[in-house]
Amino acid sequence: MIDSPRTAVSNPPTQSMISNLGPGDLVRRSATERLPPPERQLTPVAKLIDVSKCIGCKACQSACVEWNDTTPAIGENVGVYTNPHDLTENMFTLMRFTEWVNPETDNLEWLIRKDGCMHCADPGCLKACPAPGAIVQYSNGIVDFIHENCIGCGYCIKGCPFNIPRISKTDRRAYKCTLCSDRVAVGQGPACAKACPTQAIVFGTKEDMKKHAAGRIEDLKSRGYDKAGLYDPPGVGGTHVMYVLHHNDKPGIYADLPENPRISPLVQSWKGVTKYIGLAAMGLMAVGSVVHGVFARPNRVSEEEERHAEDLVEGRPVPPPPPGQPR
Amino acid sequence: MTNAWTDIKNTDLVVVMGGNAAEAHPCGFKWVTEAKAHRGARLIVVDPRYTRTASVADFYAPIRQGSDIAFLMGVIRWCMENDKVQWEYTKAFTNAAYIVKEGFGYQDGLFTGYDPEKRDYDRTSWDYEIDEDGYAVTDPTLQHPRCVWNLLKQHVDVYTPEMVERICGTPKEKFLKVAQMIGECSSPTKTMTSMYALGWTQHSHGAQNIRGMAMLQLILGNIGVRGGGMNALRGHSNIQGLTDLGLMSHLLTGYLNMPTEKETDFETYMKSRQFKPLRPGQTSYWQNYRKFMVSFQKAMWGDAATAGNDWAYDYIPKLDVPSYDVLRMFELMNDGRVNGYICQGFNPVLAFPNRGKIVAGLSKLKFLVTMDPLETETARFWENHGEFNDVDTKSIQTEVIQLPTTCFAEEEGSLTNSGRWLQWHWAAGTPPGEAQHDTWIMAQIFLRMRELYRKEGGAFPDPILNLSWEYHDPTEPEPEELAKEINGRALRDLTDPNDPSKVLVPAGKQVVNFSQLRDDGSTMSGCWIYSGCFNEAGNNMARRDNHDPDETGAYLGWTFAWPLNRRTLYNRASCDTQGRPWDPSRKLLEWDGAKWTGYDVPDIAPNAKPEEVGPFIMNQEGVSRLFARGMMRDGPFPAHMEPFESPVPNVFNPKMRGNPVARIFQNDVAQFGTSEEFPYAATSYRLTEHFHYWTKHNRVNAALQPEFFVELSEELAAEKGITPGGWVRVWSKRGSVKAKAVVTKRIRPLHCDGRVVHVIGIPLHWGFVGAAKKGFGPNSLSPFVGEANIETPGYKAFLVNIEPSTAPAGVVA
Repeated sequence: MIDSPRTAVSNPPTQSMISNLGPGDLVRRSATERLPPPERQLTPVAKLIDVSKCIGCKACQSACVEWNDTTPAIGENVGVYTNPHDLTENMFTLMRFTEWVNPETDNLEWLIRKDGCMHCADPGCLKACPAPGAIVQYSNGIVDFIHENCIGCGYCIKGCPFNIPRISKTDRRAYKCTLCSDRVAVGQGPACAKACPTQAIVFGTKEDMKKHAAGRIEDLKSRGYDKAGLYDPPGVGGTHVMYVLHHNDKPGIYADLPENPRISPLVQSWKGVTKYIGLAAMGLMAVGSVVHGVFARPNRVSEEEERHAEDLVEGRPVPPPPPGQPR
Repeated sequence: MTNAWTDIKNTDLVVVMGGNAAEAHPCGFKWVTEAKAHRGARLIVVDPRYTRTASVADFYAPIRQGSDIAFLMGVIRWCMENDKVQWEYTKAFTNAAYIVKEGFGYQDGLFTGYDPEKRDYDRTSWDYEIDEDGYAVTDPTLQHPRCVWNLLKQHVDVYTPEMVERICGTPKEKFLKVAQMIGECSSPTKTMTSMYALGWTQHSHGAQNIRGMAMLQLILGNIGVRGGGMNALRGHSNIQGLTDLGLMSHLLTGYLNMPTEKETDFETYMKSRQFKPLRPGQTSYWQNYRKFMVSFQKAMWGDAATAGNDWAYDYIPKLDVPSYDVLRMFELMNDGRVNGYICQGFNPVLAFPNRGKIVAGLSKLKFLVTMDPLETETARFWENHGEFNDVDTKSIQTEVIQLPTTCFAEEEGSLTNSGRWLQWHWAAGTPPGEAQHDTWIMAQIFLRMRELYRKEGGAFPDPILNLSWEYHDPTEPEPEELAKEINGRALRDLTDPNDPSKVLVPAGKQVVNFSQLRDDGSTMSGCWIYSGCFNEAGNNMARRDNHDPDETGAYLGWTFAWPLNRRTLYNRASCDTQGRPWDPSRKLLEWDGAKWTGYDVPDIAPNAKPEEVGPFIMNQEGVSRLFARGMMRDGPFPAHMEPFESPVPNVFNPKMRGNPVARIFQNDVAQFGTSEEFPYAATSYRLTEHFHYWTKHNRVNAALQPEFFVELSEELAAEKGITPGGWVRVWSKRGSVKAKAVVTKRIRPLHCDGRVVHVIGIPLHWGFVGAAKKGFGPNSLSPFVGEANIETPGYKAFLVNIEPSTAPAGVVA
């Protein structure tokens, strides 16, 4: 009996599965000191995004919206194909389009990268999160947000080396790709992978995905992409969403994919109660840009979020809105 | 498609030209990624824009829209010059060796026989020399100066790489790289597939674009083989079905022709359709035309169609013009000669060219009936939407009746895909509100019309009163009933001609397929090419067996492909003259000494000896045609023609505008712009985020590409002071639109004949109804001109001007 789906293409299994991603499958829980050890070790899973096979059709975005029942706004055209223009609480994944002229060949390459949560083995969001149980990691590698525990402080964004989570303007909670944990739990792969017409997005065990990537890289090398490779950055312990890149030596050309992502040392060193102090300090300092340089990303924490962090440190209650509000 | 979507995985080289498969056919494009991933296939894209297909291509070459013929003739020339020809195939399976009559010629962009007054050719010189037995004369050595091969060599000689660059703007070295990659596929063990779509069909010379590639594929030996073929990617899920079932004004079903008024009786009609073989021993399958025609007439009028009345031949309308295509219908509307219009599943206000003329025509109607599952601009053409539909509502007297229909997911039936597969589907939901199936609506209209004719008579009520209408529920024919009628059945016991005591098909039973149809009134079939889809074995379109022995991609147990469940047309040509597969690793068929066997249904009589019977059985010659005789209005070979609105003159004949035989209505001539006034070359297309105009009603699709835009190069933007995401105005001689500007490296200026040609891309989707933002589309600008042979509008190449602008009134910038 398998414990997780091996592909996103097939229909749901007719036999029951071991995994249901319950509390007994947690390996990490935000702001939780003594988490009991998991009841079992699930096979690590991964989503592999082969950028070289992607045709930028946005079926993944569409499937994500449909499955998660979000309502992205009908925005405006600002001169690019990337729509919406950034990840939002209603758009957990986004095709980012980059027009890049290869200096070696002088040929244009239209690089299309599906952006979204990377499901880091060492998740910076979870480490930065001050709300107990708002961010969890399952033993199969999925990092999930438990929205009813979220206090909307935005520190997950600070902790994320990929700048992924977004705070809802209506319910003040953080949202991101769940790797379709609700689908994976019942034996189906992520909605985006299921919808992908060219199987540029595939899903299975992390081991299988690495093998699949090796074959793809070989094919790309036969087409002259000498630097083709797998993006599975060690700085965050590897990721459960990986890319096959034709130019793996230059991840930055793919809409600023970080070359060597890692969690801020500040977030990394926080422990226990000091975490909250550290967070508040980080927030305050960030306002003054004193340690701005330690963050790979621009500071996106609003003043209101800083105030909430201060409240937290000083023991005042933080008012999260009730769950279930429309996003 | 000659082949099937699933067959594309078998190819070595995919050429996407005249299409944009990854964006417009993303699901089918998966077979390209399969071929790339598992066979190491290469992908070439030739397009004015660097498209999303180009983003996954191995090689991209730019081309000026409308100049594809020059490019393709250039590749043929290069292959001939560099011996990249599959010689055995070319000699045996094409008409290369056929000798053309004296008197045929080509000069200054025109073939012999041109009459500028009629805008037509006298095509009598475009034919073979015929011997005293009625057979075409050939020279298998290819030495005769007037054999097709030598005439072709002469015809393409002018299309040098330099000339291709001059006409198409494709840099010479890029052209040569494409030619080399294509040339490799002349090997019998390497195949190339051509995937094309509306980028080739929607030109005044669209059919010749496609012929150009078909000829190239023939000399490379790539027709009839796995991973080869001419693969038309149809723009709707059932547009193949539309043409198959004859929803063209000049066609009946199964590509039988609508009679003309000169063909006053059945024998006159049949006389030009005898289709005797032009070479000894050839099949010339259209010899069976009469069987299919009579069976069609029996399906239409049943017992009222008798031998005595020429199978009710007089009931069939006769054309007084070549066709009543949509362009002509709107011309007649504008002339006040068409007063009512039933618009079924069609949104001409956005989908047809020169929107101003379309709206003017609709405004003159007495009544307009729309049948659509969605709200359309056409049904609302009379509503004023500010700049987006600036009409004077009060002055429009047209009565509009909207009949809501069901959509595909709310009904049962079959859709014919690009690969000719008739795929049955079942209803997944119940129709909302007052929506009704199209069949119900048509039945209601018919029954009421028939009643009126019964009561009131009329000039000629017989065709209506006698129309066969044998349905279980006359008010709503069932999809299965209609499918069975299309398949056909025996009306009397069909006996074996060699043994009359043996009954092959008892009266009332479904025929197995069209081979059982007869011309004596004993069979009926609504559409002969579909025969076999629903026989006594059941509904073959509903089959879902996905076994694929040896993974050939044929899937013979999956649905039903016309004709006869054949997956690859001309598949006998996958073998050499001895009947052995050209590529044993990609066998489709082979001759076992007594019969044809293999993975597909043979496209030849099963016992036809390979040395004797040619593979192209639909042609009188038994071979394919590099020289099309008089079968196309605009030439037996493709010759470079410019669009009617072109940024450069025709290098071969500067006075020639567009396709010299394309039909132009007098009123439209004044609405053609010149490159002085309108210097930029525009083209139109749809985006992968959208499906035509339908997805305007879906918030998700609308969010993924939210606003109408045009695309232009960084160079043109700099010249005009246009900023990315800023508003621009784009206008042609026929209209003006406002759009956001997408300034991109994906479009670069082309250098054609000493001029810089800037390309402007104009996507379609937006209108003034639905969930999406209001916007314009390309057809406010596009010209009112059709393809010379088939009248498909030319949306892909026209002239515009552009300037920075402000938001349309009512839009927050």
